[in-house]
Amino acid sequence: MRTTLLFIPGNHPAMLQNADVFGADGLILDLEDAVAATEKDAARILVGEYLKSWKLETPELLVRVNGLPSGWLESDLEAIACDRLSAIVYPKAGVEELYEVDRILSEIEKKHRLSHPIGIIPIIESAQGVVETDDISYLPRLKGMLLGGEDLTADMEIGRTREGAELAYPRARLAFACKAAGIDAIDTPFADVHDTEGLLADARTARSLGFTGKAAIHPNQLLTIRTAFRPDPKDILWARRVMAAAQDAAKKHQGAFSLDGKMIDKPVVKRAEGILSRAGVQDGAIPHETK
Amino acid sequence: MKRNSIGRELPDGYRPYGEEHPAAASQRIAMKPTPTAPIFLTSLSDVFSALELRDGMTFSFHHHLRDGDFVANLVMAEADRRGLRDLTIAPSSLFPCHKPLVPLIERGVITGIVTNYMNGPVADAVSAGKLQKPAIMDTHGGRARAIEAGDLSIDVAFLAVPTVDRRGNGTGRVGKSACGVLGYADPDLHYAKKVVFVTDEIVERVDHPDLDGNFVDYVVLIPSIGDRAGIVSGTTRITREPVGLKIARDAAALIDAAGLLKEGFSMQTGAGGTSLAVVADIRRIMVERGLHARFASGGITAQYVEMLEAGLVGSLRDVQDFDLDAVASLTRNPQHEAITAAQYGSPDFRPAPVVAGLDFVVLGATEIDLDFNVNVTTDSEGRIIGGSGGHADTAHGAKVSVVVTNLVKARLPIVMEKVTCVTTPGSDVDVLVTERGIAVNPKRADLLDRLRGSGLNVVPIRALMELAHTITGVPVRPRPSGRIVALVRYRDGSILDVVSSK
Repeated sequence: MRTTLLFIPGNHPAMLQNADVFGADGLILDLEDAVAATEKDAARILVGEYLKSWKLETPELLVRVNGLPSGWLESDLEAIACDRLSAIVYPKAGVEELYEVDRILSEIEKKHRLSHPIGIIPIIESAQGVVETDDISYLPRLKGMLLGGEDLTADMEIGRTREGAELAYPRARLAFACKAAGIDAIDTPFADVHDTEGLLADARTARSLGFTGKAAIHPNQLLTIRTAFRPDPKDILWARRVMAAAQDAAKKHQGAFSLDGKMIDKPVVKRAEGILSRAGVQDGAIPHETK
Repeated sequence: MKRNSIGRELPDGYRPYGEEHPAAASQRIAMKPTPTAPIFLTSLSDVFSALELRDGMTFSFHHHLRDGDFVANLVMAEADRRGLRDLTIAPSSLFPCHKPLVPLIERGVITGIVTNYMNGPVADAVSAGKLQKPAIMDTHGGRARAIEAGDLSIDVAFLAVPTVDRRGNGTGRVGKSACGVLGYADPDLHYAKKVVFVTDEIVERVDHPDLDGNFVDYVVLIPSIGDRAGIVSGTTRITREPVGLKIARDAAALIDAAGLLKEGFSMQTGAGGTSLAVVADIRRIMVERGLHARFASGGITAQYVEMLEAGLVGSLRDVQDFDLDAVASLTRNPQHEAITAAQYGSPDFRPAPVVAGLDFVVLGATEIDLDFNVNVTTDSEGRIIGGSGGHADTAHGAKVSVVVTNLVKARLPIVMEKVTCVTTPGSDVDVLVTERGIAVNPKRADLLDRLRGSGLNVVPIRALMELAHTITGVPVRPRPSGRIVALVRYRDGSILDVVSSK
């Protein structure tokens, strides 16, 4: 599960060297916005070498490439194509472009004889992208969709607020589309790396709307994001009781049953299962708080 | 040449670390109080005229003004003007502000240095072999012991004292150059043959003096003893650097899992950004569980003052102040206690120094080796960049000593087969916390047992070294082979290691 995806600038060796120690579920090595035009070549080489030669175990590795209109996409893909690359994160995504990206990726995979297809996580960060969310969600290669709040609000010519009310519609749209397609819904990064309270509230909002994870632009944001997405201990306890009662009910061939005076039926059991799954609870144990 | 018990080669004439030796030398009897009231003078030149100074003498200084100290430079400039040569200086530490001493070293005015820490141009000059005799690098507690035992005999102590009264009593708590506690000046005051207070503020009366005027020979008033902003040298802010924060979180979790956070515990941490982050995490745990610490000791920062004032820490045992908030706290918080260097860390202090009452200490490292020996004296090329300070004292005294450091710094692995220089012997170091794992000294089987099932990533120290090598490759480490430029003296007076020029 991609609860935390950490952006790492692709032209920063010291950050790359330590990127794997923070416990992110995935690393997005950035060749796009974090890298100046004059640094693109250096970043491409550095990220390519990292993917191919880093010997230690890492979280899932993704690369944010430059989009087709930049003219740099194919050079990016040539440099980074290897079996260690899980997916590309594709900026300012639209349906037509993604079909073309799929075609290019197929050629690259063939040329480099990759053992598995490279996935795509498109960034929905334009009004057009939001409108096309439903169509995008069913494209091949998709592992999830990432909301890009900064570019989206710029495209809409609206302000970006700490509370994020302006993102309510695209968030809801993206979360539903991802759920329907069975892929991850990843929320936009929170820009103020010093505002832990704001980040916590923002991540909780995303979680409440059905997002499965959130991108981070600084390692210090990961703990807060995990906290926001981790089920509340009270909910875990409730879910465990529901599952225990459901097992009893199953033995008695009951479809629905009562717990604490409230009716428990299939959707409620499914929610309890989801809570335990997100909490990583196995064998009925409550996990320790993770730091 | 012979080897000490940790395998380091030493020149003859010094007691090797680990060698059996007769019981510690009996303490010297401190100088008697001066028979007359101190004489007040208005220039260092007058002081030099009044003292019978000769070539070859030893002058001591303290470092409470840290990188803002003017006194050592002014005194040694006067010594140079008077044509004195072959002097040894014994400051408790030397900082970049002491750059003016370098030409004096080059011209033979200063030929010996005994100190606990040096960083900056003087350290560079010593590393380059410009000092005629090998410098001696003590620990904070070891310096007090050496003075009291007569191993370090001081002819004149020139002590910067921010405020002095008409009887010669001194304090660092008030005055335009207030720097707080003067704990490192205490052995000099009582054991130097002559004591000179150098001040920039004289008042009628100091109510609670830190330094007793009865031991003072001369008080000299000069325009300024230092720039007090310089005492805030080094990092005194909690790191925002994510690797440092991860190490700090893991160190706090380790301390907790080791069972050290219980009502009435005691602790010491350094003033580096990662150490301060460890304290912040420990504070969070204390608040969550309603725990209180009995005391915190060492160099004191604003962070500890806040914990004292929040009722989380019972008392602060303060041997020096690392920032101006700590200085201010001394005058308003009775539980903020000043202690002397001997009381803090001398192995000869009875019944026991403060460091012996510590449950845990969190320390840094420039290098650490497979035997858990730690280097904070030199960089990887053997250039002097620091020194023990209280490192070896607290590591020895505390029930658990925790070293926190990045596994890789500036593309160099910090864990290695053998450190370039041993500052603190591995027998005193219990745990290493890095961003890629925690190693416990195998001699602490009790800790290893406690940490089992804690969820912490505990691995053998060799595995950490190999992990580092996977990232950096195995570096070639040319060992300096020039002449010996410094001796690292353990707190008991034995020699741990030497530093050689290239």
